[in-house]
Amino acid sequence: MSVVNLQRPREETPRSAEQTELHPELNRAHVRFIGLGKTYEGREGPVHALQGIDLAIQRGEVFGIIGRSGAGKSSLIRTINRLEQPSSGRVLIDQVDIGEFDENRLVELRRRIGMIFQHFNLMSAKTVWQNVELPLKVAGVPKLQREQKVRELLDLVGLRDKHKAYPAQLSGGQKQRVGIARALVHDPAILLCDEATSALDPETTQSILGLLREINQRLGLTIVLITHEMAVIREICDRVVVLEHGRVVEQGPVWQVFGDPQHEVSRTLLAPLQHALPAELQERLQARPESSESAVVLRLQLTGSAADEPDLAALFSALGGRVRLLQGGVERIQGHALGQLLLSVSGSSLGAEELRQRAGRWAQQVEVLGYVA
Amino acid sequence: MWLDRLWQGVIDTFLMVGVSSLIALLLGIPLAVILVTSDKGGIYQAPLVNRVLGAFVNLFRSIPFLILMVALIPFTRLIVGTTYGVWAAVVPLTIAATPFFARIAEVSLREVDHGLIEAAQAMGCRRWHIVWHVLLPESLPGIVGGFTITLVTMINSSAMAGAIGAGGLGDIAYRYGYQRFDSQVMLTVIVLLVILVAVIQLGGDRLAKGLNKR
Repeated sequence: MSVVNLQRPREETPRSAEQTELHPELNRAHVRFIGLGKTYEGREGPVHALQGIDLAIQRGEVFGIIGRSGAGKSSLIRTINRLEQPSSGRVLIDQVDIGEFDENRLVELRRRIGMIFQHFNLMSAKTVWQNVELPLKVAGVPKLQREQKVRELLDLVGLRDKHKAYPAQLSGGQKQRVGIARALVHDPAILLCDEATSALDPETTQSILGLLREINQRLGLTIVLITHEMAVIREICDRVVVLEHGRVVEQGPVWQVFGDPQHEVSRTLLAPLQHALPAELQERLQARPESSESAVVLRLQLTGSAADEPDLAALFSALGGRVRLLQGGVERIQGHALGQLLLSVSGSSLGAEELRQRAGRWAQQVEVLGYVA
Repeated sequence: MWLDRLWQGVIDTFLMVGVSSLIALLLGIPLAVILVTSDKGGIYQAPLVNRVLGAFVNLFRSIPFLILMVALIPFTRLIVGTTYGVWAAVVPLTIAATPFFARIAEVSLREVDHGLIEAAQAMGCRRWHIVWHVLLPESLPGIVGGFTITLVTMINSSAMAGAIGAGGLGDIAYRYGYQRFDSQVMLTVIVLLVILVAVIQLGGDRLAKGLNKR
């Protein structure tokens, strides 16, 4: 899995194809956006759906695009198979500019790019089999080959026994499996996922994400997915970009963006996954200690830059006094330990500032949130 | 005797309705497809074509059948060589039925979820593939329902055509039932028409339901 990060803090984002010599990894990029922009004519003047997007998606990676609704995710992913025509800039797939493709080349390109949708978009009048077969049929693939391929894909998604069913007879998860089978029937090199799990319940989401990961690893497919759920990104993506008002506001390996989000939008999107102070404690939190009995509340943030989860016994004894765990959790993303611990320390001989510094040996960021009596 | 005449009336009605509806079906579906796909945002976007065709359809839809029939007499003579009889009625009936059915079919075609068209494009369908494999099959139940309505409407119109000399059940009811005050004939014709409409409606509903997999 590739974790090439083009936008390291001090490095400038590549702006044009002419700079590719400086960035050899761009020559291997599977999909590249160069200065991509999309402007709609809205009722109140032009609407900039996308502005100055420069990105490179590597072959075989799972690339996530996240943002709030209306951030431009949907437009961006659709420029890859040109369901959306950009107003400016270029999209390169395997170093080929797809902007000037006529209908024939576009049809050929789209057969190399599978796509799945939030609402599945299966043909209601066709059976599961016919739905999966349709892309092959319109491409003029002979019947015998079609049968073989459809059977192979229905096996892959685990729906062999449902081939005679109509979409209306399937559950959401099954419908999406049909969508995946249909998207893969031409052995594409790229799979686009447009909010593919947003209409599914959590359990089904897990199974669909599992299937996507399996496909990514087994077939070496490049997956580009858009979502508004950070949990999906955490589950499956290698790299992520955060979009806001049609611009890239943050990008990097998933562990990095999760561990140490830089942009306010990323933090907002991450908030539901984070461990917050329980509301009841939050209310009692004071800026200054009421008495010497007051406990200090610390937040320890693990941003993933250390290799391991903290040694709690060592941490507690370094802090001294009575240490209570108020809330917390640690998880591993791409081999990095991320998470946070909310602790209260009472009866320690150390001051708040000293506690903060000591805790810093086990966590990358430590913050004194306040005091509770 | 008058039973024979009645039988002839049934056959004439079937002929008029059947032929005009069949032509309306064959012309109306392409017309509806063009109306939908040439519209703004359609797969064969062509605003001018759309507007001209739309205006044409509206023109014929807004003329009451009785007036249309009279107005078309010269045209009918040109096509079938006579202005009297079953075949003369087929011409105005077809011209009334085609835009009527096209508009109903158009509504069904428009109801096809745009996501399906997008999915078809994404899988590498050409535009005519989208018409053939997506738009038409997905709207088929609605089109069948619309055709049923067209058939019933055409039975209605054919009776009107019958009244001015086209033959069929309408002719019999008018000449024997109304002009000769023969209430037995009138009642028989009414019963026959009710049965005919009921059978068509039931059959159409059944077929549409069977085709609908949603």
